[in-house]
Amino acid sequence: MTAIEIGHIGTSGAQYQYRTCKFTGRRVERSAELLIRANAVAAVVFLAVGGLFGLLVALTRWPAVQLLPADWFYLVLTGHGANVLLFWIIFFEIALLYFASAVILGSRIATPKFAWLGFLLMIVGAVMANYAVLKGDSTVMFTSYPPMLAEHWFYLSLILFAVGALIGVIVFFATLVVAKAENTYNGSVPLVTFGAITAAIIAVFTLASGAIILVPTWLWSLGLISGIDTLMYKIVWWGMGHSSQQINVAAHISIWYAIAAMTVGAKPLSEKVSRFAFLMYILFLQLASAHHLLAEPGLSSAWKIVNTSYMMYLAVMASMIHGLTVPGAVEAAQRRNGYTRGWFEWLTKAPWGNPAFSGMFMSLVMFGFIGGITGVILGTEQLNVLMHNTIYVPGHFHGTVVAGTTLAFMAMTYIVVPLIFQRDIILPGLAKWQPYIFGLGAGGISLFMMGAGTLGVPRRHWDIAMTDAANAYEFSPAAYLMMGLNGISAIFAATGGLLFVLLIVGSVLFGRRLDVPGAKLNFPLHDDSKVVSQYGSEATFKLPGTVTLVTIFFLTFILYYFVNWKYLSEIWQFN
Amino acid sequence: MGKTDNDAQDNSDEPLAPADTPAMQRILDNPFLLLFIGVTMPTVLYLLWGVMEVASIPVAY
Ligand code: HEM
Ligand SMILES: [Cu+2]
Repeated sequence: MTAIEIGHIGTSGAQYQYRTCKFTGRRVERSAELLIRANAVAAVVFLAVGGLFGLLVALTRWPAVQLLPADWFYLVLTGHGANVLLFWIIFFEIALLYFASAVILGSRIATPKFAWLGFLLMIVGAVMANYAVLKGDSTVMFTSYPPMLAEHWFYLSLILFAVGALIGVIVFFATLVVAKAENTYNGSVPLVTFGAITAAIIAVFTLASGAIILVPTWLWSLGLISGIDTLMYKIVWWGMGHSSQQINVAAHISIWYAIAAMTVGAKPLSEKVSRFAFLMYILFLQLASAHHLLAEPGLSSAWKIVNTSYMMYLAVMASMIHGLTVPGAVEAAQRRNGYTRGWFEWLTKAPWGNPAFSGMFMSLVMFGFIGGITGVILGTEQLNVLMHNTIYVPGHFHGTVVAGTTLAFMAMTYIVVPLIFQRDIILPGLAKWQPYIFGLGAGGISLFMMGAGTLGVPRRHWDIAMTDAANAYEFSPAAYLMMGLNGISAIFAATGGLLFVLLIVGSVLFGRRLDVPGAKLNFPLHDDSKVVSQYGSEATFKLPGTVTLVTIFFLTFILYYFVNWKYLSEIWQFN
Repeated sequence: MGKTDNDAQDNSDEPLAPADTPAMQRILDNPFLLLFIGVTMPTVLYLLWGVMEVASIPVAY
């Protein structure tokens, strides 16, 4: 308390350096800005590495190509999972937490030195993990289930990374306290910050679970513990592995609201409803970790069903609320902007040439239709057995974490670079297309992996032809076709990803400087972009376009849900 | 917990006096209360319950 109150006694002007952003009018503090930059750059670097690994994996799983030999395939797959799912996503999320606290609330960042320590630990952990994986002794996939044993550096690297990330989360909470104490905002925090609070809360449980399981596993790899119970490991590990995905969901939904506010001036339809939806996440979303254990015989149906159905559906409902209120907010704002003709002029006249907007909207649609619906199917105990451990599972989560989260983070980067790096996006004509190319590829890999999985193709498998296998098995030609189409989509996704990395690195290094008088943005923000840092609702529900879209979503959902039950009934051979 | 509650009351110079703020909004305005319930729920329902089930599986000889 005392430390905070010292900051409170009007010292802020003397001690901390602020500038006023000329595009948003926000106060931006220097250390916050530097920390956001560092974390964002690290994120993009690890995306580049991990994305390359992803392409290599997909080209190996394309039967006609089968690029890598088997041992390299599993090594690269381990590296892919770690670099994209952990390092790209979590570095970006730390940048986002600092943005949603310090920048949106116009506050200084609490304890910047401590935040830099966290950043350093994350860098050391991420580099060390890549070293351990590339050395070849840690090909255990990023889930690292025992009794598979990686080199001890591998576990230590993940522990260091997690401790660093936890420091970032603590700095975020401390910054909220500072902002409140120094009165940088009035009343309740804006919705985007509230979403970031949701993400940070889930992150605490995630990182705690990670510590609980990785520390003993590390000791086991050093020979100090005789063994790790495999089922116990899976329970606690998925407390981290799944919950971390829910950090992503909370984070990318906050980004949807933020981009909608900054590109079309959208206000939440109802603060109350959206906050209630985030509260449902805080309460129930993490329980869904149990859907990774639906096929485990050691756990009761009561535990499985309470965690993945009864309670979880409240969180699913929350996702549907966001799925309704984000496009609804865009529609309401666009109608205010004068696009009132018919049901859909608000959508057709949206800023589709701005990669922040197009990336956000595609993320929203694909997260709902591809990732969301299939997630509910996989999380239903009875239906799970249809697809368990097939490549349907990676198909589903590329719908959530690539087409959803990654695309949303890319979209946000097109705003972060001008506002925080104060450099404009280079080659706007090309940047305009980047989200579409990446989105097409990401949607494609998700759908085609799911297609192959429905036909029984396993995940994490080097050779579906089963050459030399004792028990041969012949997959249908359609399965081969799907894996080929997956490879082609992977080329699109990798092209879009590479383009993103080049555009962002190029903009950061060579973009036109924006800290000069009269500078203009290639992708301008909306005149009302300041609503992103305000509390307040749109309070209108006359949204025929959104209602139509949501109806289509529900019909698709219901249809696909029942198709899967029908499919289940057909494989039930007893009658 | 009591301490955090007091913090919420400290800003009496704000336009929206805390007394006028609805109870639910006051809960949502308290990140540390949310943190507490957000960590407790999955710890009890998912982790502890799950770990207890695994611990009670009889050991084979
Ligand atoms: C160029 C873009 C990408 C391509 C082409 C790609 C492709 C693939 C493929 C083919 C697999 C292997 C499935 C299997 O054999 O089981 C895979 C696994 C995976 N991908 Fe991606 N991916 C891409 C981007 C991403 C991103 C951005 C993320 C996360 C944010 C991600 C997360 C994962 C994870 C967690 C796995 C599972 C690894 C494992 O089973 O251990 N991918 N990806
Ligand atoms: Cu999960």
